Amino acid sequence: MAITFILNGKSETVDVSPDMPLLWVLRDTLNKTGTKFGCGMALCGACTVHINGEATRSCITQISTVSGKKVTTIEGLSADGSHPVQKAWIEEDVPQCGYCQSGQIMSAVALLAKKPKPTDADIDDFMSGNICRCGTYQRIRKAIHRAAGAPVEKA
Amino acid sequence: MASLLSVDRRTFLKTGAAGGAALLVGFHLPARASDPAQEQEKPPINPLNAWVRVTPDNHVTLILAKSEMGQGIMTALPMILAEELCLDWKQVRIEQAPTNPKIYDHGTGGSGSVGDSWLPLRQAGAAAREMLIAAAAKKWEVGTDTCQARNGYVVHGHPERSYSYGELVVAAALLPIPNLKEVPLKNSRDFTILGHDTHRVDAASKAAGTAIYGIDARPAGLLYAVIARCPVFYGKVASFDATKAKAVPGVRDVFQIETSGRGASTTGGVAVIANNSWAAMQGRKALQVKWDEGAATNESSEELHKQFVANAAKPGGVIRNEGDADSALAAASKRVEAVYELPFAAHVCMEPMNCTVHIQSDRAEAWVPTQAPQWAQGVIAEAAKLAPEKVIVHTTQMGGGFGRRYQADFVMEAAQVAKTAGKPVMVVWTREDDMQHDFYRPASYHKCLGAVDAAGNVAAWKHFQTSTSIAAKWSEKGEEDSGKGEFGTGATVPYVSPNMRIEYTLAHSSAPRAWWRSVEHSSSGFVVESFVDELAAAAGEDPLKFRLKLIGESRKIPQFGEGPDATPLDTARLKAVLQLAAENAGWGKPLPEGEGRGIAGFFSFNTYTATVAEVSVRQGALKIKRLVCAVDCGRVVNPNGVRAQVESAAIYALTATLKDAITVERGRVVQSNFNDYHMTRMNEAPPIEVHLVASEEKPTGIGEPTVPVIAPSLCNAIFNATRSSNKQIRIRRLPIRPEDLA
Repeated sequence: MAITFILNGKSETVDVSPDMPLLWVLRDTLNKTGTKFGCGMALCGACTVHINGEATRSCITQISTVSGKKVTTIEGLSADGSHPVQKAWIEEDVPQCGYCQSGQIMSAVALLAKKPKPTDADIDDFMSGNICRCGTYQRIRKAIHRAAGAPVEKA
Repeated sequence: MASLLSVDRRTFLKTGAAGGAALLVGFHLPARASDPAQEQEKPPINPLNAWVRVTPDNHVTLILAKSEMGQGIMTALPMILAEELCLDWKQVRIEQAPTNPKIYDHGTGGSGSVGDSWLPLRQAGAAAREMLIAAAAKKWEVGTDTCQARNGYVVHGHPERSYSYGELVVAAALLPIPNLKEVPLKNSRDFTILGHDTHRVDAASKAAGTAIYGIDARPAGLLYAVIARCPVFYGKVASFDATKAKAVPGVRDVFQIETSGRGASTTGGVAVIANNSWAAMQGRKALQVKWDEGAATNESSEELHKQFVANAAKPGGVIRNEGDADSALAAASKRVEAVYELPFAAHVCMEPMNCTVHIQSDRAEAWVPTQAPQWAQGVIAEAAKLAPEKVIVHTTQMGGGFGRRYQADFVMEAAQVAKTAGKPVMVVWTREDDMQHDFYRPASYHKCLGAVDAAGNVAAWKHFQTSTSIAAKWSEKGEEDSGKGEFGTGATVPYVSPNMRIEYTLAHSSAPRAWWRSVEHSSSGFVVESFVDELAAAAGEDPLKFRLKLIGESRKIPQFGEGPDATPLDTARLKAVLQLAAENAGWGKPLPEGEGRGIAGFFSFNTYTATVAEVSVRQGALKIKRLVCAVDCGRVVNPNGVRAQVESAAIYALTATLKDAITVERGRVVQSNFNDYHMTRMNEAPPIEVHLVASEEKPTGIGEPTVPVIAPSLCNAIFNATRSSNKQIRIRRLPIRPEDLA
């Protein structure tokens, strides 16, 4: 079944099973591998993308529901990794293995869109759907505050 | 031993003429745990382990033969090299080494990469620097002692003149290579890179989503596969019907793969090959397989616990025995008995296992997220029936390793599938596959007995352990070897007691076991550091003061069961980290009712760690207010990287302490995904402070050593926090359950 959607500002048409999750369309059909597979059950957040601006777990989002919508992946956040959240991630040296960080960044960007100056409680609330097995949470928190323009405490 | 070889000169000159000259300096890192005497006898052939490559555009590339799994090795090793080469850090580029076990020791584990590479990398960097200086001196016709290396240039005279390394490389490469043992190393006072906070070289690509992990390999014509494996340990395929699976759109083929040898430890299964991962997963759901479940179906966690209890009722094999612990215990006025239990634990890398292999008639190519590229190469060669040198392994970024990716099971399966498919195939593991077909941290059970005399000294220390050992899984002589291997530093007790006895009995299980972040230290640390806390309580003494007293005078304790080359435990350094953590945590300052502090200190991977946990326990609810960690890992290469590893190990250990156990029923793992094997999340992550000891000692491990101290510091803090309640809570079984705190 041919399905058309806007991926990172460009129209894409794919011919796949309508129940195929967006995650696998991105990764295996379109070779956009920045979005990661972690659990397949919307439990870990590694596959987080934006659909019409909302943070969404692409691993349980059937491609048929994406028809006509705007999808933004980590690749679409900036051309050169210069989005303020990406810069904050680099500045705080957040990534370790880095596998979950595409999803973490997509969630953080969505949080900041809703709450430009999030509190620690806001961060706990919004970011707890994203697992980081390397335990970079403390640095993610600092990076979000940094991206929000809050004063950054020295380590 | 370290030795320096010039690259084949013809190769160099050819490269130099064709596409940019390169100065290649190679060096060999000693294999871990090798005998130095034997090493010296080996002729210095094929000793290259990494290269320094200077190109005429004045960029310097370190070819890295260790794998990056998040631990920051891709940043730390180049820092060492760049320091001795007197480079501008911005010049440095990093490339992953091609897999060639004749040249490289790729194995990445045991928290050993920085410690093992420290001297060889410094010597290689220094040798390259001296050759560049010599080349410049020759051009200027001056003495080398009048020239200096600085920021990628050799400079001389007043007014200063200079050549870039790039301009010198062709001439330098033709000069004799200095003797590595004599090459002058920089004085640490002159370090400009080492010891300074340095950003990770891979942060930008990981923030941009462009870093390539194993699961991101996309060679042309790639197919995707999943494998149906028997849910029961070591069960096999009896028969299967692929009719419905093949009817799933996108499925290309379905076939069986066989059990492989002991090394890779796979049990075969049925592979479903498709155009994409999703179709392969759907095909597997439609597949009908009859399993020959085998003998393990009677096994369960309940049965294993009964085995533990029965084993503990009898004496075990004696691992260590000094004095007469049993008599001292019988005569003791104050006797403490405690039983501790730890479950199987899964690694749970965020990137599930995967491997991509393309086997052709005369060659094979693979993309493998592996801690052991040379093993992967060997396994693929075996499956492909090719010579290992015909197998190209690309070591990719790893979405976590933690010891899991030292295994070759996922590589063997992919090679078997690719061999049959005749096309490039990625075998993808689902989260369920990954969690239920892991090699788990062994489950263990410990009975500890101690006697405290009137002066508050430990008159006897007895530790009986029974566990499902790693050695029994892997070694031909495993059952005999398992006792010593399972103890590690758990038998190197730093606390003085005249009567010490340590016993071990192997417990039997089919659950696969292997190395999980910090290996046996995760269990030993919990038991030793909980039990000493119990003895302090029995003696009525402060847990920190009691530890410092029992550790006693500054001395070096040989690592029990290790050879004479093993670094001994330096009690002064252990005491220092305990005190550093305590000072920064405000140890001894009063806390309100319901709040408490607990401490633990441990020595593992030649590193000293201590943590003070500060918690509140109110109405059965535990809150971790902060973790204050102190670390002595010798000279710190990248303080920023060391802090990151301590933070990481602390969260990893918190998950094992507070979340779920891997349990077994009817010979299979019960847990399957993050809904029943939970991870610590953002809202549960406490503030973690890291304090580093300034040290001139050789660098030691950092990826793992914080793991062992987290559980005991936390459980000791719970004990302290509940000091005023009717029932003071002593946690002796992990993970902590809600009912333990009620």
